[in-house]
Amino acid sequence: MYEDGEKGLIVTDERLMMGLNGDEAVAYAIKQVEPDVVAAYPITPQTIIVERFSEYVANGLVKTDFVSVESEHSALSSCIGAEAAGARAFTATAANGLALMWEMTFIASSLRLPIVMAVANRALSGPINIHNDHSDAMGARDSGWIQIWCENSQEVYDACIEAWRIGEHTNVQLPVMINLDGFTLSHTMENVFTLPDDVVKNFVRDRRFIKVKGHLGESELRLDPGTPITMGPFDLQDFYFEHKLQQVEAMRRALEAIPEVDAEYEALSGRGYRLIHPYMVDDAELVIVGLGSTMGTASYVVEKLREKGVKAGLVKIRVFRPFPKDELVKTLRSIPVVGVLDRAISFGAPNGPLCEEVKTAFYEEKDRPLIANFIHGLGGRDTSPSMIEGMFHRLMKIKSRGRVDQLIEYVGVRE
Amino acid sequence: MALKEKPLVEVRFHGRGGQGAWTASLLLAQAGLKESKYIQSFPAFGPERAGAPITAFTRISREPIRIHSSIYEPDLIIVLDQTLLGPQVLEGVKDDSKLLINTNLKPSEIKDKLQKSLEVWVVNATELALKILGRPITNTAMLGAIVKASEIVSMESIHQVIKERFTGRLRDQNLELVDIAYRTVTKDD
Repeated sequence: MYEDGEKGLIVTDERLMMGLNGDEAVAYAIKQVEPDVVAAYPITPQTIIVERFSEYVANGLVKTDFVSVESEHSALSSCIGAEAAGARAFTATAANGLALMWEMTFIASSLRLPIVMAVANRALSGPINIHNDHSDAMGARDSGWIQIWCENSQEVYDACIEAWRIGEHTNVQLPVMINLDGFTLSHTMENVFTLPDDVVKNFVRDRRFIKVKGHLGESELRLDPGTPITMGPFDLQDFYFEHKLQQVEAMRRALEAIPEVDAEYEALSGRGYRLIHPYMVDDAELVIVGLGSTMGTASYVVEKLREKGVKAGLVKIRVFRPFPKDELVKTLRSIPVVGVLDRAISFGAPNGPLCEEVKTAFYEEKDRPLIANFIHGLGGRDTSPSMIEGMFHRLMKIKSRGRVDQLIEYVGVRE
Repeated sequence: MALKEKPLVEVRFHGRGGQGAWTASLLLAQAGLKESKYIQSFPAFGPERAGAPITAFTRISREPIRIHSSIYEPDLIIVLDQTLLGPQVLEGVKDDSKLLINTNLKPSEIKDKLQKSLEVWVVNATELALKILGRPITNTAMLGAIVKASEIVSMESIHQVIKERFTGRLRDQNLELVDIAYRTVTKDD
């Protein structure tokens, strides 16, 4: 139990247990972090985040400057300006809002601004749909943002605290996107164990800057009239390529920084997640790999199948960018059959976006599983335990046949 | 197995937009939270129009809840509006499921309509709400009836939640309403 001034484990204090939906968990964590600037435009299913946070501002519970902008493009632009000036900035969006930000997402990451953004994942129009799938975040896959994916409101809360330390890590300096499934998490109230305000504040501490060469000598990477630097200038054939490789290197180093920050957070909260979360894979023959809230349902199915003697397991990918290739290969190398769940389509591609990553990870490996791909739950269609059980039965068939006949299976769709 | 002894209880609410079915599902979950149970509360995300049929869900569990799909086989079905009584209300019903409905009919009359052998509880929540609140808002009355019918949370927890949710006269009226619903809800024989 936590005492004043004592650094200890806080897991069992029931006074800190709250009933929060995913959006409220974001807002509450960000209230505790108290960034300098929040600039956001409401869009379903992220709206509750912006509503709650603006209430905190109106009630004087945070000193944050809340910028009500006229679009998501402006929301991220405001965050970029604020972070470039050395402030901490947060925004939240979903689907078409993220699409409207698209141009600025690349600018935020290439300027190396550790903005934190929550995305309540929602299907992109058209046809217009407000419910969950992963087409929004997968569309921003190559924009240079770290991507964390959450299974429940607790993970959402924890990620909204850890994200600042990950993005601002002096070896990283990249923006972080926290993904929570629209409605399935954003509008579902669950138990969330929170940390006391001071513990959160101490953990996120002040923003750290890297040193760069400025016009007047060494300077922190932020806009300060006393030590002027230029950010985002013209950068052509001469240096653009080198700057891109610096982003590549930052992503590589994020693979080390994320578990490091996470271990520190675990020591404080009792909750750690690392890059991937394997469940019952040690002796497993059939393993499902996926992202987000579906993996909670899948773990329920795995337990049911284990009771029936089926050697089922799962691997939840918590961090999709940077992609945790080595951990994944190590975990899945000796598994006979793996099914990768995608909640997005890459039209015309041989597989869904997550499956392509998993297959690429294994290409150079001598020992590798048979890999099947299930695309499910587009536009918010519910992925039920029986659907997931059906996927495991498909994996069983693949195992007995010794080959994958169909590159993609669409689950729960009418013919 | 009695509902209160089940490690996980799944509840489905049927109401019409504006009747507060989602709020009822939230308040029930919050009552579970008061007892340090694990809970989930979520609406079925259909069109949100006043009067349109809507469903909402609550899970209450002794263990952490990892499942994140809809509820397909509810243990307890709560119907806030008797005009909704139809096939949707019985979807996924199990042998030991219970149904609680706001109606002026007797349990046996409801059973005849359903043509299904399940435990039926009735409460005239509309009449009670009109008498006490002066408005036909039935979601809090249903909470009192749920406690009697299922014992999945205690009246004390429901009182706590009502006290946090409402203030002043409305708080007292709702406390009275849950108590009288608890006392007047009846079961088929």
